[in-house]
Amino acid sequence: MTDNLPTKATNKLPAAVAEVASREFVTMFIAGQMFGIPVLQVQDVLGPQKITRVPLAPPEVAGSLNLRGRIVTAIDVRVRLGLPPRDGGKDMSIVADHGGEFYSLIVDQVGEVMSLPAADYEKNPSTLDERWREVSDGIYRLKDSLLIILDVQRLLRLEAAVAA
Amino acid sequence: MDDLLREFLTETSESIAQIDVELVKLEQNPNNPELLSSIFRLVHTIKGTCGFLGLPRLEHLAHAGENVLGKFRDGELPVTPLAVSLILKSIDTIKTLLAVLEATQAEAPGNDEELIAELNAMAEGHLDHVATVSAPKEVHMDDAPVFPANVPDEHGFVPVPASETGKAQTASAPAPDAKKQEVKPMEELGTKESAVASQSIRVSVDQLENLMVIASELVLTRNQLMQILRSQKDSAFATPLQRLNHVTSELQEGVMKTRMQPIGNAWSKLPRVVRDLSLELGKKINLQMVGAETELDRQVLELIKDPLTHMVRNSADHGIEVPADRMQAGKQETGTILLNAYHEGGHIVIEVSDDGKGLAISRIKTKAVQSGLATEADLANMTDQQIMQFIFKPGFSTATKVTAVSGRGVGMDVVKTNIEKIGGTVDLQSTEGKGSRFLIKIPLTLAIVSALIVECAGERFAIPQICVVELVHASAHSEYHVERINNTPVLRLRNRLLPLVSLRRTLKLGEDKDSADTAFIVVIQVGSANFGIIVDRVFDTEEIVVKPVSPILRHIELFSGNTILGDGSVVMILDPNGVATRVGEIHAAESSAAKQNARQAQGRTDGKQSLLLFRACGAAPKAVPLSLVARLEEIDRKTVEYSDNKPVVQYRGKLMPLVSIDVDAKMAGEGTQPILVFSDQERSMGLIVDEIIDIVEDRINVDLSAQRPGFLGSAIVVGKATDVIDTGHYLAQAYQDWFGKEQEGAFGEDSLHRVLLVDDSPFFRNLLAPLLTVAGYTVTTADNAADALKLQEEGSVFDVIVSDIEMPGMNGFDFAAAVRREGGLWSGVPFIALSSHATPRDIERGRMVGFTDYVAKFNREALLATLQQTLSSVKVSA
Repeated sequence: MTDNLPTKATNKLPAAVAEVASREFVTMFIAGQMFGIPVLQVQDVLGPQKITRVPLAPPEVAGSLNLRGRIVTAIDVRVRLGLPPRDGGKDMSIVADHGGEFYSLIVDQVGEVMSLPAADYEKNPSTLDERWREVSDGIYRLKDSLLIILDVQRLLRLEAAVAA
Repeated sequence: MDDLLREFLTETSESIAQIDVELVKLEQNPNNPELLSSIFRLVHTIKGTCGFLGLPRLEHLAHAGENVLGKFRDGELPVTPLAVSLILKSIDTIKTLLAVLEATQAEAPGNDEELIAELNAMAEGHLDHVATVSAPKEVHMDDAPVFPANVPDEHGFVPVPASETGKAQTASAPAPDAKKQEVKPMEELGTKESAVASQSIRVSVDQLENLMVIASELVLTRNQLMQILRSQKDSAFATPLQRLNHVTSELQEGVMKTRMQPIGNAWSKLPRVVRDLSLELGKKINLQMVGAETELDRQVLELIKDPLTHMVRNSADHGIEVPADRMQAGKQETGTILLNAYHEGGHIVIEVSDDGKGLAISRIKTKAVQSGLATEADLANMTDQQIMQFIFKPGFSTATKVTAVSGRGVGMDVVKTNIEKIGGTVDLQSTEGKGSRFLIKIPLTLAIVSALIVECAGERFAIPQICVVELVHASAHSEYHVERINNTPVLRLRNRLLPLVSLRRTLKLGEDKDSADTAFIVVIQVGSANFGIIVDRVFDTEEIVVKPVSPILRHIELFSGNTILGDGSVVMILDPNGVATRVGEIHAAESSAAKQNARQAQGRTDGKQSLLLFRACGAAPKAVPLSLVARLEEIDRKTVEYSDNKPVVQYRGKLMPLVSIDVDAKMAGEGTQPILVFSDQERSMGLIVDEIIDIVEDRINVDLSAQRPGFLGSAIVVGKATDVIDTGHYLAQAYQDWFGKEQEGAFGEDSLHRVLLVDDSPFFRNLLAPLLTVAGYTVTTADNAADALKLQEEGSVFDVIVSDIEMPGMNGFDFAAAVRREGGLWSGVPFIALSSHATPRDIERGRMVGFTDYVAKFNREALLATLQQTLSSVKVSA
């Protein structure tokens, strides 16, 4: 445990400095829309996995999977955003760390790592669908498209789980 | 904190725990030189170390104690309970001082002159008068913060087995575990320790936890590899993998061992607890401990320590009787509490039994009804075993008086919750007058459990083996097959009906397959609840590592965790407690009682009642208040017998008379006959009906007073003209003496009179209330005198009070006296007493306390006449 601390600290340092000018995101696509997650939260990128269904779980939870001996809960981001299910094609997942627990976010496609300048950042447009606004942490204006920042914490705030 | 000080605190608390135990032993066995030397040495060490660390207050106290012990050892002083109490008192003071030392890192200011003086006086031999002064105080010393013997201290250190002797830091420390060592003169001890000390080290608990986690992961990986190997014959990996298999098993075992501690560690405080309790309660109690060396996981040990202490306290307080009572019951004066621990199939079983008075079923029943956990109708359907389970309900205590020891209404529910939290179960057996026995079954370790892997709707689930009683394969052609009652599956198993739970339906994995299909049933026992879970397939059992479920799934109470199986896939672990709760197996009684309460409460506010509608003797629906009906039964007409030309049926080991509304009706030969069972205490009666229609909530407004015997009148119930039957009429047919002579008629037209009816029997309340209502009174009921007096406080006004005499708590005489008290709101209200047996002496006494009149309980005619008479005489005098 203690051995890990220094490396973590050095990892964090440049990110904090860079935050002023630009931030790095892993991009992904769902139903043609580009999303991004801060790169530091990303643990892994996975192809299609064998997922165990969890009965009685909120509909957004696709199930659990075994990631190198760790049990990871898979969230179907499409369901979370109120989008229709994927028609065919392989899915991909981004494994994100939240509060020491890993969650696998199932998306259509994972893109690349992008460094985005703070100048291109904008708050959510007020007209955005409420379901989306809830999980979006703002928008980056790219040259030919828009990138929505996903707030993992809010993404994981599922209604059924909150109500319980 | 200073390392040296930390070491000292850990070590001293261990020593003190041991002294506690050994002193109590010494008291029972005053001439054991080994024990004496051991205690002497421990105290001496504490004194020495305190001196070394510059803790004068502790040192002086320990020194005074050591003096007394020295005199014991040299035979100059006899070992008496008073002397031991005094030593224990000083030990407790030392504990308090240590607690302060730990919190503030400095010795508490002040001195213990008084105690030291007592100790010195004792040492000098003139102990008698001093001791008598101090003796009564000492039993309360448990309030002092106590150092647990084997809990990690705030730094997370725990002694590893041999490390009781590991104290390299303090050169003067002798081994507390003195029984294994020869008794040596004190002077030699200081230098002999290093060799012993170097054989053990203290390891932080975190480190051990971490090792355990890694070993668990290794086990999983091994399982995975072995699974792959099974599918590949002649693999070059076969031999090395076999080797890996063995090494992993050994490693796992080894790591587990480091976490194992004898259960005796959790018991070490108990002799002292029992000793103090027996003094306090004036009982003679012998605590026997068997199997103290049985080892279990440290984590589990920590978690069961408090529940165990609580149960032993309970046994001492509620279980064991005072010597006089025991003699009277023909038992030995000294009661025995037995703690017994042993291994049984991967679990540890801990028994806490006593030969005391056992659980009083009747008291539990009364209490359950009082606290609204169940209705009397619920209780009538329960076995004694089920009734005993009430003691595990929150807030349930049958102790008549609250003592400092127990009876505070917290306890057994917490015990049960704590044990279930670690995947264990508590079972209870008790025979009134003979004693009780609690059986706690807990897993050896929390990290790895053995589980049955089952499949349902293509998904696999793990069920902890500890709850699985047996597996039954049911199919249409075998001895066992699933039957359905209104789509609810049940199974006949050894002449009993086992409720079944469809896992598929419970987990919402789709609809059940056709009932003709074969099914596997996993028979589960949770507490006293038995039920079967229907699954599609059963695989084998597997050792699984329990991992907590992700926080966003934690609200699903059906799962206690998840795990990774040998083939690498994730499965959910079913929580049998959760399943039982979900399907209502455990809380069924509770919730129905709660509903009933809610309903009754509602009934009070809007006058609505639950009515059972049925058809009998003609097409018009009949109604009877549901609360009067004990059960609905269907009997086989072939089982009806005739006694004295009246139909009877054997019911629950007794003959129950059957009464028909239509006198001329004959029971047609074959088939089943629905009946309504009314019962009051010992007696039951079956009312033959043609068909049960419905249960509805409605207000009884009897519009037409009936001309026919057996009917109270007609009322509009859910929009239909319905005959409200007079239960009393039929009860009287069954038992001539149930109410005395029967005569039906319409009574009193004056609807303004308000009657307060106080009776502890819900049966009679429910019976008399409608009767009085029909007779034109406005009736308010109370089920005991205290509640009735509350109504007085609230300012309710009544024209007449009708009260039972025999009631629990305040009886009718006292109640009348309370009502008649001068200045009371009701002091002028006429008071009619009801009693089942009125002797002239009772009547005299009744008049003395202010009964206006006295009516035999079962004589309705007399009651109504008396009411009318009383009220008219009041009018006249007014």
